[in-house]
Amino acid sequence: MIEEPFAAGNSIIHQIDPRFRVAAATFYSFAVALCYEFQPLIVALTVSLVSVLLSGVGLKTVLKRLAIVNVFILLFWIVLPLTYKGNNVYSLGPVNVYLAGIILAAKITLKSNAILMVLISFIATMTFATLGHSLSRLRIPEKLVFLLMITYRYIFVIQQEYQKIIRSIKIRGFKPKTTLHTYKTFAYVIGMLLIRASERADRVYNAMRCRGFNGKYYSLTDFQADAKSWVFVTVVSGATLGILLMEVIFNG
Amino acid sequence: MVKNQKIIKMSGISFSYSEESPILKDLDFEFFKGDKIGIIAPNGSGKTTLFHLMMGLLKPTSGSVEIFGKPMETEQDFADIRHRVGLLFQDADDQLFCPTVLEDVAFGPLNMGKSKKEAIEISKRTLDFLGLSDFENRITFKLSGGEKKLVSLATVLSMEPEVLLLDEPLTGLDTKTRSTITRALTEMNISYIIISHNIEFLEATTSKTVTMRDGKIYADQQVHVHIHDHAHVHGNVPHKH
Repeated sequence: MIEEPFAAGNSIIHQIDPRFRVAAATFYSFAVALCYEFQPLIVALTVSLVSVLLSGVGLKTVLKRLAIVNVFILLFWIVLPLTYKGNNVYSLGPVNVYLAGIILAAKITLKSNAILMVLISFIATMTFATLGHSLSRLRIPEKLVFLLMITYRYIFVIQQEYQKIIRSIKIRGFKPKTTLHTYKTFAYVIGMLLIRASERADRVYNAMRCRGFNGKYYSLTDFQADAKSWVFVTVVSGATLGILLMEVIFNG
Repeated sequence: MVKNQKIIKMSGISFSYSEESPILKDLDFEFFKGDKIGIIAPNGSGKTTLFHLMMGLLKPTSGSVEIFGKPMETEQDFADIRHRVGLLFQDADDQLFCPTVLEDVAFGPLNMGKSKKEAIEISKRTLDFLGLSDFENRITFKLSGGEKKLVSLATVLSMEPEVLLLDEPLTGLDTKTRSTITRALTEMNISYIIISHNIEFLEATTSKTVTMRDGKIYADQQVHVHIHDHAHVHGNVPHKH
């Protein structure tokens, strides 16, 4: 199950119009992704940290989420110092550790964590349904929004189908081993899952046609942009421009 | 209003998924306004296929379908009548695809061109009718099986159809949900066809039952559905008569 542990809450961030949060998070993330210098990146990390604190979400859960992503970033720390050529700081036989690689890995770490924290505090604090509606209000193409919503709705159904199949092979004594039988069984499981998903898609589409679906997605939510939302978007834009300015200054 | 208005007329319908085993063979069927028909027939006899042919989700290999007196030939013909004929699918997960209950129930009315306000009003009314008043903002995939079924019935009823096609509406439901559906059907002044294996349910909700055999529909003339109660000693031990 995909849970939405951050969506329920009543912090200052939760009260901001979701459209503004999505827009602000997008603008901010792009700006941070474009930065290359340490100074703006450290400021960005601080801003992101503050936004997480403001959103009042459980810090433990946030750290858990960050940890998952940082496991992948760890791979950069292993690969980049050995391969990104520059001045080497340490040599062991044929293996060289390059300073440029270490710096790059550090920058990637700062950037990813800053972006991730802002996404958690701005976007993970709304339900998926609200996210879909704000995207459609922000004039993201309807087809994309629809794809996102349908994926979200049916990923659980497909997961249930998967568990049904897994249960049915388990009760018949299947134990995975490194044998051809095991590979064949897994191939069947995947194949069956694909077939069931595709048949499900046909049935869902038929049900939608029966209810007069003509490719249009309607959203019932009305968003209200209040003064708070405008202040919020101004502050975030200000911070973003500040970070970009620092990047320009320090990058010479 | 004319009581005997013909709603569905199927003549000479044949259909097969594969050439060797036709599901429906030269089937004729007529359905009038006010009819409440139960279909009770073995698995694989083509009941669901029949519904899908009526809705234009499948195309017959031969034969013709007429709905509300109009011949149904193109997808557009069917698209025009779909809001007047509500099909309840066997699997509620097929029918519910919106994140929240209210959106799902409002989906049909919105597609019919109702305004947002009207759609929400109709949806709330429909949910109330089925005893789901506080369900509006519930997340559809987190509902229980019975709740899902009732909500999918609501999504069909909110289009205010003139005919309902219910495909095994009671399967897998508990007694409470079953009686809600039975009550809803008997309270509404609407024509419907129900596919079910539940004799008691059909007894309570329909005025006649038909069966399907060899790809055709037969009226159950001689056999009348009834529940048989009798008492004798050792009645609680499994036995045959």
